[in-house]
Amino acid sequence: MNYEPRKTITKSKFYSVFNRHESIFYPYSINFYTFYIALAFYPVNFALQLNYQTTRMKISLRCTLLLCALTLLPASSVLASDAPVLDTGATAWMLTSTAFVLLMVPGLAMFYGGLVRSKNVLGTMMHSFSAMGVMTVLWVVCGYSMAFGPNVLGGWFGWSSDYFMLSGIDETIMAGGIPEYIFSMFQAKFAIITPALIAGAFAERVSFKGYCFFIALWGMLIYNPLCHWVWASDGFLFNLGARGAIDFAGGTVVHISAGVSGLVAALFLGGRKGHTHLQMRPNNLVMTLTGAGLLWVGWFGFNAGSSLSSGLSSAQALTVTQIAAAAGAMAWVIIEGIHRGKATALGFASGILAGLVAITPAAGVVKPGGALILGALATVICYLAIVMKNKLGYDDTLDAFGIHGIGGIVGAIFLVFFIRDSWMTEAATLAGGSWTVWQQLGVQATAVLIAVGYAALGTWIILFVLNKFIKIRSTDEAEMRGLDNHYHGERGYGMINPH
Amino acid sequence: MKFIVAIIRENQLDQVRVALIDAGVSRITVGNVSGHGRQTASEEIYRGQVVVPNLTANIRLEIAVNDDFVDKACNAIINATKANEDGLVGSGKIFILPLEEVIRLRTGERGSSAI
Repeated sequence: MNYEPRKTITKSKFYSVFNRHESIFYPYSINFYTFYIALAFYPVNFALQLNYQTTRMKISLRCTLLLCALTLLPASSVLASDAPVLDTGATAWMLTSTAFVLLMVPGLAMFYGGLVRSKNVLGTMMHSFSAMGVMTVLWVVCGYSMAFGPNVLGGWFGWSSDYFMLSGIDETIMAGGIPEYIFSMFQAKFAIITPALIAGAFAERVSFKGYCFFIALWGMLIYNPLCHWVWASDGFLFNLGARGAIDFAGGTVVHISAGVSGLVAALFLGGRKGHTHLQMRPNNLVMTLTGAGLLWVGWFGFNAGSSLSSGLSSAQALTVTQIAAAAGAMAWVIIEGIHRGKATALGFASGILAGLVAITPAAGVVKPGGALILGALATVICYLAIVMKNKLGYDDTLDAFGIHGIGGIVGAIFLVFFIRDSWMTEAATLAGGSWTVWQQLGVQATAVLIAVGYAALGTWIILFVLNKFIKIRSTDEAEMRGLDNHYHGERGYGMINPH
Repeated sequence: MKFIVAIIRENQLDQVRVALIDAGVSRITVGNVSGHGRQTASEEIYRGQVVVPNLTANIRLEIAVNDDFVDKACNAIINATKANEDGLVGSGKIFILPLEEVIRLRTGERGSSAI
């Protein structure tokens, strides 16, 4: 929840440099893209929020006040500098968190790598690893700017030439007392893991080149705009309702967008050869469990780091993260125990993930009791979704949609029933009197619908166009031989046989 | 009774298995093996170093059949491995051996009914 003051101050400084209505790079006339999106959702918006206008005025008033405070206060200080002071405690935790979130990517590589057949283990792990390469480079060149620069093209995404190659933030300390480099790198890890999650949906049948181009385009055209809308101070979802759509650490931006895009991609590419009548069992569940463990640990950086501070809100986020993961895991084992009569290790790992995904958007606002229920509820619904998947017969290979899409939606929607009172009180004040759970539910549903719609449509367009240039699906030969040998020229488990 | 040993490509196990089941042969033993036949193996690359393995990974099938199933099983394997990559060296081999005796452990049954 510390997002607000930090961004208000940091981003406000750009408004003096750039006129927000004047795009430097694009003619003003192409602003209609986002105008249409905004227009399409305006009736929903309007019906939900009677106090919309007042809220916006209050937010902008708050901006102005904070800006005044920022410019006036240091003038009276001895240092006569307007830069916030570095907070070593917050910086230390954010450095740690940033490393933790990166740890999730190899964790995901192991989690996914263990679940495929042995001929595809390296190819699948490379999906996660190559995201670390592709997305980091793109983030430095344009991603950070698109996600956190001031609105351009009517708010479709942001842009600031200051962020190109991160050149303008070399000495910037943000309002929370952390260097902007850390914020930028912390956010970069989210941009890495999101496309890596999608890879689970079309594992074992995608060409390496096609995948790399897909995540590059997806990152730029889907992730960056969504990230901008939800987390940048001038993003339209950030300013929806009394205190914005609640997405503490990436329920909509990361999990819903990855899950839905994965589903679209799985349907677009079709199932694996022999899917449904050939048995395709995980090659190494030991590695999958290790990966799930790394993901759980990394998630503390993901959620508790999203407070962008080292204090009460990080402690609250960390606590509910632990609780929801445990509740999710136990719920899965119990459900599967009743349904199938066995407590499977993969079920435990899946439950951990379902719980973690559901608590991601909610980590800043729910209390431990709510986390227990959210984690367990997410597991119940994800379990049903996967049972349904097997009945419907589409090949979402590693359940990117079943866990991340469904879990993310459950978290983003049901969190409204567990919001702590202080948050609601503040929201009511901002809304000018009252703010109910149902109004927030409307805001959440709007944000989820926008994320689902944008990710689904955008992914389909990217796949359709890209497929004209590069065959995204692997050839039959490559699929039979295995991705490892065909695309990478290596063997994952070469030492098992004499050689 | 014959004992069929077939060495096939790793990536063709699925289709061979399906073909065998279609031919009525479902009792089978499968193993990972390494070997060297006439083919040059597909090269692998480690830190820029091209390695052509002199032992390549293959699959070995072991099937005990009654005489009237020998042709069915062999044809199934032959047709299934022809399905792709025909013409390339290294599709594998089938060895057919005479089988003296089969004993089912559970019942102690012997002979062709124990297969």
